[in-house]
Amino acid sequence: MSVCHSEFIDALLDPQKPVPNGLASRNGGTAKRFAVYRNKFAVSLTEALEAQFPVIRKLVGDEFFKAMAGVYLRRHPPESPILSKFGNRMPEFLSDFEPVEHLPYLPDVARLETLIRESFYSKDSSSISNETLRSLRPADFLESRIIIAPSARTIQSRFPIFGIWRANARGEGNPTNRPEEALVARRQFDPELYLLPDGGCEFMRLLASGHRVSEAADLAAARRPDFKLDQILALVLSSGAATELEPIKHNSGERTLKCG
Amino acid sequence: MLDDRRALEIVLPKEPGVGFKHLHFEDLLNDRGCVSWLEIHAENYMSDGGRKIAQLNRLRQDFPISCHGVGLSIGGENPLSKDHLNRLEALVSWLEPASFSEHLAWSSHGGSYFNDLLPVPYTKAALQRVCEHIDEVQNILGRTMLLENPSTYLVFEESEMTEIEFISDISRRTGCGLLLDVNNVFVSSTNHSVNPYWYIDEFPLHSVGEIHLGGHAEDSDDEGALLLIDNHGSEVAEPVWDLYEHVLRGAGALPTLIEWDSDVPEWKILEAEADRAFRLMNIVQDEYVGLP
Repeated sequence: MSVCHSEFIDALLDPQKPVPNGLASRNGGTAKRFAVYRNKFAVSLTEALEAQFPVIRKLVGDEFFKAMAGVYLRRHPPESPILSKFGNRMPEFLSDFEPVEHLPYLPDVARLETLIRESFYSKDSSSISNETLRSLRPADFLESRIIIAPSARTIQSRFPIFGIWRANARGEGNPTNRPEEALVARRQFDPELYLLPDGGCEFMRLLASGHRVSEAADLAAARRPDFKLDQILALVLSSGAATELEPIKHNSGERTLKCG
Repeated sequence: MLDDRRALEIVLPKEPGVGFKHLHFEDLLNDRGCVSWLEIHAENYMSDGGRKIAQLNRLRQDFPISCHGVGLSIGGENPLSKDHLNRLEALVSWLEPASFSEHLAWSSHGGSYFNDLLPVPYTKAALQRVCEHIDEVQNILGRTMLLENPSTYLVFEESEMTEIEFISDISRRTGCGLLLDVNNVFVSSTNHSVNPYWYIDEFPLHSVGEIHLGGHAEDSDDEGALLLIDNHGSEVAEPVWDLYEHVLRGAGALPTLIEWDSDVPEWKILEAEADRAFRLMNIVQDEYVGLP
């Protein structure tokens, strides 16, 4: 009798199900032999998740993480062979996973670890050079557009997301008890995490949607009176989060186009 | 046009290669020893940028690269994923690898990917499907691929031919070359009580373009009999070296890869495995008179 792939997969995902009929061995028994496939599937994907979510793993403990990964990988098996994207549904999974209800910040931590991974695999770009920055008058700089690097990501959380990450990933500091915003950016290949001053996410979103520095700053300050442009700009420019400047052209009134 | 491109292709050297691991990047640039080519898993380099791509871009200047796919699911019931074929085509166009290879296995079904090389029954229907898939891959990539023999733990009652007949037919019908994984031959032969030397003697060695050697683990089946598991997590086992020597006596020196994917050792240990393969190649090459 033939073994269809749906039946094979049903048994692969559920160790309680019997080995599909039509599979055989020289001695007759098939259970331990079929278990080789079940193990490879579960163990390799659990290892992939462990590598992708080191902070979640630290927060819930190794044993719990393994058990939780077993549930995740059966509920959300990878959608493609690109395993770097396999964990992308972890934030929504954790939101609905009852055993971690008492850790309400976990989905945001998973979102952050997903952004760090995305940054690691994203397109390379160069930072804006100091010469470029020095060559611009401050007034012209404020009228420029900043192109955000493909590897830059921001996250806004109602939890102290930066502090939680730093304490667990680096063993540094203690998390505060206030909401935090953070920036993930790469100078070369290694994503770094930075605490963004309040309003930083909104400001970067405005820059990314094409607003000039001055416009983005005005809009962000209108929403947050304590918005600190200097601090945020220093971080955006030094972290690798900005890749190009499009200065305004005075003579023609047209802006120069540069590829980001 | 196709033939012109093939004539310009760099083929893998008949020397040892290793599966590239990031922790060996500096060693490969500074102290490569006898290792003359590298193999990468295609799916690990299907990103827009980052360190992995940069390292590969550096290494491809010094080493011929073998691009080894693990995710096409050539033995699948479903059509090949167009998205994945396109990603593969983009990678191969950029990388210009000396060789592209994939597995006689399936790993995707119904839009999900299971990250394992699942077994194919040796039936006429499966043969037809695998040949159509290989034709599609070779057309899209504009090159001949190598197909790797699997390690298996179970057999299918529905199978109508032997694995060797199945693989030989595929190679004949599609023109694809073969990647002979000697560890897989030993693992499967042990698991199914087949003589591995018989397997090698029956195998179409004239179509082999690359050899794989890797480690396996020992377990037991439901009846307590030895069950070998292909895990690439240790040195190549002694009986696999003996079997490899038998392959070389039948086929002459061939590009030979050491695969070590889990518990990856320091460079010196991996290079020593490659060196052992190189020495066997040299000894046997002196005695080799040609394919029968």
